[in-house]
Amino acid sequence: MTPLIEARDVSHSFIIGRGPFARKRLLHAVVGVNLTVRKGEVLGLVGESGSGKTTLGRMLLGLIAPSSGRIRVGDMDLADINRKALARRIQPVFQDPYSSLNPRKRVVSIVALPLAVLGIGTVNERRAKAIAMLERVGLLPRYADVYPSELSGGQRQRVAIARALVIEPDIVLLDEPTSALDVSVQAQILNLLTDIKRDLGLTYIFISHNLAVIEHVATQVAVMYLGRIVETADRETIFRGPRHPYTKALLASVLTPEPGLGVPDIGLGLAFPNPLDPPTGCPFHPRCTESGPRCRVEVPRVVRDERGLVACHLHDGGVRMVS
Amino acid sequence: MSDLVAVPLIDAPGTLPRTLLRRRVLAHKGLLIGVGLLTLATFIALLAPLIAPHDPYAQDLAHRLIPPIWQEKGAWAHVLGTDNLGRDYLSRVLYGARISLLIGLAVMVISGLIGTILGLTAGYFGGRIDMAITFITTVRLAMPVILVALAVVATIGSSLLVVILVLGLLRWDRFAIVIRAATQQVRALDYVTAAQATGASTLRIIFGECFPNILPQLVVIATVEAANAILLEAALSFLGLGIQPPLPSWGLMIAEAKQYMFFSFWLIAIPGTALALLVFAINMVGDGIRDVTAPAGRM
Amino acid sequence: MAPLLDVEGLVVDIAVHSGALHAVRDVSFQVDRGETLCLVGESGCGKTMTALALMGLLPSAARRRVRRLAFQGESLATAAADRMASLRGHRMVMVFQEPMTALNPAYTIGNQLAEGHRRHLGSSRLVARERAVELLEKLGVNAASERLRQYPHQLSGGLRQRVMIAMALMCAPSLLIADEPTTALDVTVQAQILRLLIELQRDFGIGILLITHDLGVVARVAHRVAVMYAGEIVESGTTAAVFAAPRHPYTRGLMTSIPVPGQTPPGGRLGAIPGIVPSLIGEMRGCAFRDRCAHALTICTAPVAWRAEENHGWRCVLSPSPAHAEVA
Repeated sequence: MTPLIEARDVSHSFIIGRGPFARKRLLHAVVGVNLTVRKGEVLGLVGESGSGKTTLGRMLLGLIAPSSGRIRVGDMDLADINRKALARRIQPVFQDPYSSLNPRKRVVSIVALPLAVLGIGTVNERRAKAIAMLERVGLLPRYADVYPSELSGGQRQRVAIARALVIEPDIVLLDEPTSALDVSVQAQILNLLTDIKRDLGLTYIFISHNLAVIEHVATQVAVMYLGRIVETADRETIFRGPRHPYTKALLASVLTPEPGLGVPDIGLGLAFPNPLDPPTGCPFHPRCTESGPRCRVEVPRVVRDERGLVACHLHDGGVRMVS
Repeated sequence: MSDLVAVPLIDAPGTLPRTLLRRRVLAHKGLLIGVGLLTLATFIALLAPLIAPHDPYAQDLAHRLIPPIWQEKGAWAHVLGTDNLGRDYLSRVLYGARISLLIGLAVMVISGLIGTILGLTAGYFGGRIDMAITFITTVRLAMPVILVALAVVATIGSSLLVVILVLGLLRWDRFAIVIRAATQQVRALDYVTAAQATGASTLRIIFGECFPNILPQLVVIATVEAANAILLEAALSFLGLGIQPPLPSWGLMIAEAKQYMFFSFWLIAIPGTALALLVFAINMVGDGIRDVTAPAGRM
Repeated sequence: MAPLLDVEGLVVDIAVHSGALHAVRDVSFQVDRGETLCLVGESGCGKTMTALALMGLLPSAARRRVRRLAFQGESLATAAADRMASLRGHRMVMVFQEPMTALNPAYTIGNQLAEGHRRHLGSSRLVARERAVELLEKLGVNAASERLRQYPHQLSGGLRQRVMIAMALMCAPSLLIADEPTTALDVTVQAQILRLLIELQRDFGIGILLITHDLGVVARVAHRVAVMYAGEIVESGTTAAVFAAPRHPYTRGLMTSIPVPGQTPPGGRLGAIPGIVPSLIGEMRGCAFRDRCAHALTICTAPVAWRAEENHGWRCVLSPSPAHAEVA
C-alpha cells in the first residue's frame, strides 16, 4: 500500500542575519530527512530542542517550503501546493493551549473556521458541525459560545482538537499536544486522542520530547538530532533494542517513577551543539560515548534494513577510519 | 466515557469577559471623567449653532474687549466677554470646539488608515517588505511637520482642508510603528499558524485573526494621535500656517489674543483652557482604555 | 537534632476580586540536613506559593499565617524584612524554573554570581570570582573563567540552569529550594542537572526542597515526598512507602495517569482523573478532591483528619485497601 506521506531527502535552512548589511549565516534546521507514514500509523517524532522536529512538522503542513527535497501527502506533491486541498488532508494541533485559540473569538467560531475557509455548508450547518465536534471531544454544547479565556488548559486543547478534526482530515499533526498540560489532564487528552483515532480512522504524526508518552501512543518512532533523523523503527524495536547511541542516551534519561533507582549517568558530556556551527562528520560525535576517528570526518549515511533506518557508523562498517 | 461528562466551567460564578470589562470600566475614574468631558465636547460641537448666544463672526466694534462675567466690567450679554473685534467669545469658543474635534477626528482617521495598513503589512509579511516600510517610516520621522506645513502653505496657501491633509498625510508614523510591533507579536502565535494551515487567504488571516487582537492598541494610539493632531493644528494656526481668520480655531484665537495678553488675559486663557481640557480628556480616555483592556493574565 | 526547616500550619490567602483565594491551606512538613523532600502537585496546588511563603517572597496581595516556621532552630514566623534579606541568597536559596527570566539579561554571569557573595560575605571581587569559577567547574561548565564575561542570552538552557545553581551555592547555603528546576530543560540535560544536585547534597549536606509535577523526578531524587492538592498536603512519607502503596485516591490517580514505558500497555487507556481542580476562592469545607473521587462518601464533606502510619501519612477517610483504585 502506498504510504500516506512520503518525504524524500528533505532539507530546510534558515538565513540568520540582522539587518540588510549583516553577514548572512545558514541555520540548517532540517537536513536530508527521509520519512514515510502509512495510513493508520502513529509516527512519533522524537527530539530535544534544536532537533528540527517542529520545522519538519511545519513542512509537512505545507507552511514552510523545503530548501530541497520532495514531500508528498496523499497524491499531492507539496511543491505545487494547493493550500486548501492540503488542508483537507492534514491539520495541526499545537502545544500551547493559550496561544492556539484566538482570544477574541468564541469557541464555536474558532472550531467552525476551517469549514468557513473551505466554504463547506451554510453558516448554520457549520455551527451545527462545530457543536457536534465539540461534543465529540467532550465539551458540552453550552461551551460553544464562551471565549477561550473562560476555559482551562485541557478544555482549550479539546477545542484545538475539535478545530483540527472538523473538516475530517486523514492526518493530524500533533506538536507536543500535552506538554503544557498537567499530568492528569494529559491522561484525559491522550485517552481522547486514542478514542478519536479509532473512531475516525485517523493517522497521527505525534511530535514530543516525552518518551514515556511516545512509547504509549506511537506505532513507529523517528528520532531526530540536529536536523537529521538518526534512527527510525517501530515502537518495540526502538524501546527494546535501540541502535543509535543518541537514542540509547535518550531512553536512559527517561526517569520512570520507580523509587530507589537513582538518576543514571548517561555520559553525554558537555559539548552542547550549536546549530549554527554544527560538528564536522557525524553531528553527534562530540557527545557520543562510542564514537571513533571516522565519526569526526565522515557523515554517516542512512542504512536501511528490516529493523528500520539508522544513521551511524557503528552499523555501517565501524568507527575506525576506512582507508 | 466518564471523564468527558464532568468538565465544568473553571470559574463557578461564570464571569464573562464582557461583565468583567464593564466592571473595570465603571471602576476607572480617569476613563469616566475623560469620556464625560469628551461627550460634553461632542455635544457642544454638534449643537453649537443652537446653543451659541451670538453669531461667532458678527463684529461689533462698539463693544470690543468686554471682559467676562466674573470681572467688574462684565455683562450677561457676553458671558465670556468679547474679543478685539467685538465678537462674542463664548460663541467663538463653542464653534471652535467643532473645528478642534473635526481636525482630531479627520486626522486620526486618515493617518490611522495609512499607518495601520502600512503597519499590518510590515508586521505580517516581514522580510524585505518590512525593511522597505520601516525605511519609509524612518524617512517620514526625519521630516519636521512644521517645516513641511510651512512649505505647503507657502505654495498653495492654507485652510481647514489643507491642515487636515497635511497632518493626516504626515502623522501616520506612530500608527505604523505601534501596529507593526503588535502585528509581529500576534503573527507569532499559534492560532495564526492554525488559520494558515486551513488554507485561509492572507487577507482573511490579517483581518479576521490578527486585526481584532491589535484593536485595543490601535484604539489607544488613535486617541493619543487625535489629541496630538488637535494640538498641532492649534500650533499651526497660531503660527499663521493653519486655519485662516475669521474661523474660530482655538489656536488662531490664541494668536489673535497675543497682543492683548497683559490687559485682557482672558482672551488667551479661555481658548487655552478649552484646548487643555479637550486634550486632557482624550488622553484620559486613551489611558483608561489601555488600563481596562490590559490582559488580565492567564488562569 | 532540630530539623533544618520546620514548617507547621502554613496558610497563604490571596485577596482577589471575588473574595479570598486559599492558595495554601494548613501545610506542615520538615526538611533535614542532607535530605531531599519533594513537593509534588499539579498547577494551582499551592506548591510554588508554599516556597515563596518560606522565603518571604509572596506577592503583596498575599497574606501568610503560620504556627511555626523555623530554620536551623531560629523562628522566622515574625522575622523582620532585613533578617529575611540577609538569610535569602545566603543560607536559604531558591532556584527557579525559567533561568532566562531569573537571570538578569543586562549583567554578565560573573557579575550576577559575585553579587550575593560580596553582599553577604563582604568578599572582594577577586575572592568572589575565584569562588564562582570553582563552583562553575564543579557544576561541569567548561571554560568557566571565560564564561564569567558572558551574558545569559549567550548560554544554552542547560548552562543557564547550572549558572543559577552556582549562584545559589555561592554562599554555601544550608537549604536549597528548587521550583521545577528542570521542567524547561531537555530530557538529557535534566538527568545531568539532577545528578549534580544529588552530588552536591552528598558533598555539602544541603537540605533540598524540590518542587515538581514530575513523579519520575520524585521517585529518583527524593528521600521523602509530600503530595499537594488544592492547597493541602494530601499524602506524605518516604518515597519508597508512598510509591509502594499510595493511599490517597489523588495520588493513585496521578500514578495511573502516567504512562510508564515497559509497564503501561501501549495504545490502551490511561487511568485519567475526571474533572478539574475545584475553585480555591471562598469557603472550602471537607475534602477538596471529593468531586473527582470515585469513592467519595457523604462524610467527605466534613473536615478530614490526617492518618499516619510509620513513614507514611495521608488525609482520607477510606480504609487502605490492597487493591489499586481504577479512577475512571
